[in-house]
Amino acid sequence: MISRRNLLIGGAAVPFLSYLNLTHVFADTPKDILVVAQQIDNMTSLDPHESFEAVGSEIAGNIYQKLVHPNLENADQVDGGLAESWEADAGGTMFTFKMRAGTKFASGAPVTAEDAAFSLQRAVKMNKGPAFIITQFGFTPENVEQRIAAVDEKTLKITVENPVSLSFLLYCLSANVGSIVEKKIVLENAVADDFGNGWLQKNSAGSGEWTLVAWKPSESVTLKVNPEGGYKGNIKRIILRHVVDPSSQLLMLQKGDADIARNLTTEQLRKLQGDDSYTLVQKGVASLVLISLNQKNPDLAKPQVWQAVKWAIDYKGIQENIVPLTHKIHQSFLPEGFPGAVNDTPFQKDVEKAKALMAEAGLAGGFDIVMDHYSAQPYPDIAQALQANLAEIGIRVQLQAAENRQVLTKMRAREHQMALSAWGSDYFDPHANADVFNINLDNSDNAKTKPFLWRSSWQDAEMTKKAEEARDEKDPQKRIQLYEALQKAHMEHSPFALMLQATTTAACRKSVSGMRLGTLSDSHSYAGIAKV
Amino acid sequence: MNARIKNLSSLLGSVFLTLLGLTVITFMIGRVMPVDPVIAAVGDNAPEAVIARARIEMGLDQPVVIQFLHYLAQIVQGDLGKSILTRNPVATDIARYFPATLELATAALILAAVIGIPLGVWAAVRQGSYVDQTIRVICLAGHSVPVFVLAMISLLVFYAVLGIAPGPGRQDIIFQDMVPHITGILTIDSLIAGDWDAFHDALVHMIQPVCILAYFSMAYITRMTRAFMLDALKGEFIITARAKGLSAVAVVWKHAFPTVAVQLVTVLALTYAGLLEGAVVTETVFSWPGLGQYLTISLMNADMNPVVGATLLIGLIYVVLNLLADTLYKLLDPRVR
Repeated sequence: MISRRNLLIGGAAVPFLSYLNLTHVFADTPKDILVVAQQIDNMTSLDPHESFEAVGSEIAGNIYQKLVHPNLENADQVDGGLAESWEADAGGTMFTFKMRAGTKFASGAPVTAEDAAFSLQRAVKMNKGPAFIITQFGFTPENVEQRIAAVDEKTLKITVENPVSLSFLLYCLSANVGSIVEKKIVLENAVADDFGNGWLQKNSAGSGEWTLVAWKPSESVTLKVNPEGGYKGNIKRIILRHVVDPSSQLLMLQKGDADIARNLTTEQLRKLQGDDSYTLVQKGVASLVLISLNQKNPDLAKPQVWQAVKWAIDYKGIQENIVPLTHKIHQSFLPEGFPGAVNDTPFQKDVEKAKALMAEAGLAGGFDIVMDHYSAQPYPDIAQALQANLAEIGIRVQLQAAENRQVLTKMRAREHQMALSAWGSDYFDPHANADVFNINLDNSDNAKTKPFLWRSSWQDAEMTKKAEEARDEKDPQKRIQLYEALQKAHMEHSPFALMLQATTTAACRKSVSGMRLGTLSDSHSYAGIAKV
Repeated sequence: MNARIKNLSSLLGSVFLTLLGLTVITFMIGRVMPVDPVIAAVGDNAPEAVIARARIEMGLDQPVVIQFLHYLAQIVQGDLGKSILTRNPVATDIARYFPATLELATAALILAAVIGIPLGVWAAVRQGSYVDQTIRVICLAGHSVPVFVLAMISLLVFYAVLGIAPGPGRQDIIFQDMVPHITGILTIDSLIAGDWDAFHDALVHMIQPVCILAYFSMAYITRMTRAFMLDALKGEFIITARAKGLSAVAVVWKHAFPTVAVQLVTVLALTYAGLLEGAVVTETVFSWPGLGQYLTISLMNADMNPVVGATLLIGLIYVVLNLLADTLYKLLDPRVR
């Protein structure tokens, strides 16, 4: 006879006891499947002519190829992708691309100049978020069919409105929006006038190493090898599993349920450092952490205050104590890894110098100010450190944390005073950031274009001119020199205190090799991945 | 007959008003919160022209009242709008995410009730004894320890250290996309497919999150059962039953418990509704793609159609469970009929 007490105890123990005979299914991931634990919930589309956020760009970058891509070792050079060669006319308005022979889409069809022309035309006609990277050369839905056209199966001609530097055009074509899709398949799946956008958001028609099997939003993305692509390793399938919590990612990596963890924090990365069972693949990415000073505030509009803020910050202390493994000190507007990036760090904490600058601005007694910042870590910790640094020179900062889109919405409305935020580059040309940090043609509240510097109400005709000159310079070497000079001038004379550059880490189990990270997310690549 | 029609129309009226109120409040919160939903759709770096066009396409250039009326007209036609993030109709998304939560919540409620009710009764019968004190401590821990702490400890101990439980997720990687989607409830779908390995896998992946959720629900159910039972045991009919010489078991289970069961129906209904609402933290830690996670992600990305749609569903769940509780009340307690 079972007593009530034993029955209750037995009942309570059942769920725990049940583990004992249900464990045989747990094992490492299969050898030919790569499992990646990653946060993939902010992805809205896998159409390369629409996708404009990090994870979507990364996946699209593995599915599609472009005409050209930046050299992996030397960012100042551009290599051929689907295009084998290219040339510009003397006037710098007409560019001819010869397509590489033997390249095929996943369907087995050859990649032609017609596919390339269609793809670029499609990006312009759809005019989604990233289209401006291409339309800035004067393409419109009305003229694009004439200006981007296939001459024959192997030749593509691009005619731009105004003379441009070849390197500028090439870098822009290397962006995700320059991806080449298979015209036939996309048109077969088009609905009304959507250019196949609805279909391509969740399907693929590319020639990259991988093809899309399925995207389950906020759950997983599954890729399989493109049999017509260039992948030579032993992986047949890649599964990106959405795991929000970095601690869970670490556990999965340690238990062998994930081969790679992509979003580990400093604390978790420390546990893996020096452990032979893991390889940490690290790369500085094009995401900069900075303080923006709104020029609508009279105190913040004084150039001496810009300088004082830059000299008051303890860059080293913040980097070493708060973000040692996820950020490095960086003070120019071009991230390390970009062509022409200046990696000098002239500013360091010098309270006396900063105080002298405050006195020179007539603000020796300091002032009160509000600083908005993202609420997600590490921003609150960085903001507190900045609050302490600025207090030393009399700037009394009141911190206001909010979800990052709230901070961005406030900045876009020019309602912030100081803001600690991040800026990510849109494409791999120096002009991407030179534009948004220097060129503000209309500083009115109702301006038609609202670049990043507009949000802080800053306009400087000299800097605008320098940025435009650098953009239009035809000589690649001289162009780089102009950008270097522009960055140095911007460091000295701008209401933006650039502090840190993010680094991303792919923590891989030892059995995994060939993971490659790029400066932009669309160059994070699984092309060489292998597993033993 | 008239009274029944009156009751029915009053019921439908209150359901309609509840859902309308929920729609108004959630919709307005979405419109007044300091985040621009267009940024969520096209990204912060998109040019102004693209942002302006997206604003028009999303109808956000219209006055809020017009936007609301349009939305209401859509809902009446069964269209909850589209999600910016997933690009799917919200109804399709809910049909995909809700079964995962339903599976988790139902299992957790059954476990919590099966353990919690006897524990509550036991604690009441042994009021003041060490049994009562121990149960109180267990329940107190259930109420006071944050769910993410327990979830992380559970993962750490059973998954990372002992290696006897599966990691986060709803199924193992080798079973991904292997089970045909019929109900969306993996355990049932794998049974329908006759795939025992997949069933086994789905079942073991449920154990940790179900136990965590069940523990929290059990703490509440036990506490309430104990309180109801103590009240019932003081009744004169219990003294009479004891005076008749009935056994302790018969007094407790045949006389006292039926009166408690009526009140417990409400407790269980509210607990179930709370679980179905989406156990956000548990779903996050265990990477469980349920309604709670869908709601949170949508909210964080200012994707308001899913937020309003999911809120309406949750409202509907509360209404249905309340109705169910009322009906059960009438069945269990003749005085209410």
